[in-house]
Amino acid sequence: MAHQILVHAMSSGGSTTVEALIKHPMDSGFVKDKAGKIIPAHYIEVIEFTHKGKIVLTGYWGPAVSKNPFIKFSFKGGKSGDPIGISWVDNKGETAATSSNIM
Amino acid sequence: MTEIEGLILSAPSRRTVLAAVAAGTAAGLMRPALSFAAAAAPRASSYPAKAFIQHSQDATLQAMFGTSSVTASADVKMDAPDIAENGAVVPVSFDANAPKVTAAAILALDNPFVMACAYKIPEGTSPAIASRIKLGKTTKVVSVVQSGGKLMSASKQVKVTLGGCG
Repeated sequence: MAHQILVHAMSSGGSTTVEALIKHPMDSGFVKDKAGKIIPAHYIEVIEFTHKGKIVLTGYWGPAVSKNPFIKFSFKGGKSGDPIGISWVDNKGETAATSSNIM
Repeated sequence: MTEIEGLILSAPSRRTVLAAVAAGTAAGLMRPALSFAAAAAPRASSYPAKAFIQHSQDATLQAMFGTSSVTASADVKMDAPDIAENGAVVPVSFDANAPKVTAAAILALDNPFVMACAYKIPEGTSPAIASRIKLGKTTKVVSVVQSGGKLMSASKQVKVTLGGCG
């Protein structure tokens, strides 16, 4: 499965706001498919955001985070062109990472 | 909701869940999960898994922060809808007006597992995060912020018209 991460980072007034949309099923393990079989839990456990290699946020997610998670936060500093990195690992050990520049 | 509860009880992890709950409430010895050093890539081993399998606010906070003592505070602002038509996607955000915020968590008290998400907030990152969570039914949603080692919270009742544990 392709794991897409869309990220949009914007700096203004000395701080940078990061918005990210991550493509992931975030299956809780409580839902049945059409055949009545439980869809196994499959969700992101740890997600990390970095600015020029320094961690600016670590998220711990459980099965109650919505499908295709969205997150928005901001940190002090950052300027146009700086790299923002995002990486995650899920409960099945799958990972994905991407990097984007601050606009 | 009875269906969901039935699923939890029949799931293979029942024993682990019960054992963890018992250990958490009886001993209160769980190691705070937020005391590791920074790493370049996310490590699954840093995941506070025990905090995500608890069924009460106290047990969740104990597993996550090492204490269940929390004070409701006007310095924590949270935003969530009064009524969520679709429980699968409920926008929840918080903003803390407090110094030295190091971590935060969002709990949905009537979800199968209380913990929805938690964040480790390094210095320089503002203690205001917006994300979307699932709510299985009408429940109180609590935003907990750790400031200078103490827990502060804000909460809001969210009415769910269509459950979304999926």
